[in-house]
Amino acid sequence: MCLAYPMKVIEVKKNRAIVDAEGIRREVNAEFLKNIKIGDYVMVHAGFAIEKFDEKKARETIEYFKEYKDALRKTLKR
Amino acid sequence: MRYEKLLRDKNLIKEALDKIRSLNLRKNVNIMEVCGTHTYTFFRFGLRRMLPENIHLISGPGCPVCITEDSFIDKAVILARDKNNIIATFGDLIKVRGTKSSLEEERALGANINIVYSPSEAIDLAVTNPGKRIVFLGVGFETTAPLSASIVKEAKQKKLDNFFLLSAHRIIPPALNVLCSDKEINIDGFLCPGHVSAIIGAEAYKEAAQKFHKPCVIGGFEPLDMLIAMYKICLQVKEGKSIVENEYDRVVRQRGNPAAIKLLSEVFYVKDASWRGFGTIKKSGLFLNEKYKNFDAQKLIGKEIKVKNKLTNCRCADVVKGKIKPSECPLFRKACNPEKPFGPCMVSFEGSCRIYYEYGG
Repeated sequence: MCLAYPMKVIEVKKNRAIVDAEGIRREVNAEFLKNIKIGDYVMVHAGFAIEKFDEKKARETIEYFKEYKDALRKTLKR
Repeated sequence: MRYEKLLRDKNLIKEALDKIRSLNLRKNVNIMEVCGTHTYTFFRFGLRRMLPENIHLISGPGCPVCITEDSFIDKAVILARDKNNIIATFGDLIKVRGTKSSLEEERALGANINIVYSPSEAIDLAVTNPGKRIVFLGVGFETTAPLSASIVKEAKQKKLDNFFLLSAHRIIPPALNVLCSDKEINIDGFLCPGHVSAIIGAEAYKEAAQKFHKPCVIGGFEPLDMLIAMYKICLQVKEGKSIVENEYDRVVRQRGNPAAIKLLSEVFYVKDASWRGFGTIKKSGLFLNEKYKNFDAQKLIGKEIKVKNKLTNCRCADVVKGKIKPSECPLFRKACNPEKPFGPCMVSFEGSCRIYYEYGG
């Protein structure tokens, strides 16, 4: 199943990385990603980091319809 | 991550649904969600019932276990019965029956079957069990195939002579092209899979869009992602366009993941391969290259076994192609249920039958 989940890189060692999601930590294979650094978010699928997560693009998705901005603001205040 | 929450926000979802309605499409629009996890999200969040009535969702072939043929399970069973072998597999495969047995039944009879979360665990098993042969069952599309490629390469580097891969890896774009030209199914657009696309990139759907004139939009797995993708498909239908758009650009790049693509072509070659429901699809299967053929589990079986898929009333073959809905199968909810599945679509958590069963489709 496509349960790849964005996890935060907290340690990089050669082709591997330690990632964290809400306190759950795992060592994953990171050979498919170049230049990952601590603080990056990566998508993890079956023990492998398959791609970096772009936060700027995530924000753009949320604001895709201009009308969303008000609703978004309300949500962020909550 | 806070984005997760926002991508499920009910106000944003409501707005997106209004946007889709405001397109005011008069005709029926058939959208195939290719990935099983998309089907799951549509049901889990109740989106299916909120969409306008003339927008029809058709579940596609994107459940790897579902399109894997009986002959593969039969091979896995043969390998499992050999006491010298340990099978390493993802969990959803073990309940699927081949023509005679399933890995679950073999395990009950004493076979050594290890369920793994990551393919890397198969390498660990090979290292810690030097007297046994470890066979990893490689089932999955482009998201999973690079992982298998990685462990095969690792086995070669570590000079492991007791690690083997039985590959049923398949690639998605050739199957979409087959679906495009199938007149019985009549698809107006594709909601393309998120994580397959993370590997192969948005460009991979050019043929479906340009040659077959189908709108192709890659979507993420959160409710808002999928509704934005649906909106984009519907807008293309309305405007008579057919281009590839990438809604999931926070993860999917135009050309995919070059390191993963490179490794795939180093370890595997592409040839014609059979899919449940489709038969043989040209250039759709990944098999080990000459350089890595020592790791091919096929050689442990010897001759290629060819079996016809067993004859039952099970309609999984039609379900994976989107020809019928699970509820149109005579076994659905009666003889076939998650406790006693007849076909793979009821076994896997991303199989259409299982999802319809769980969420009442």
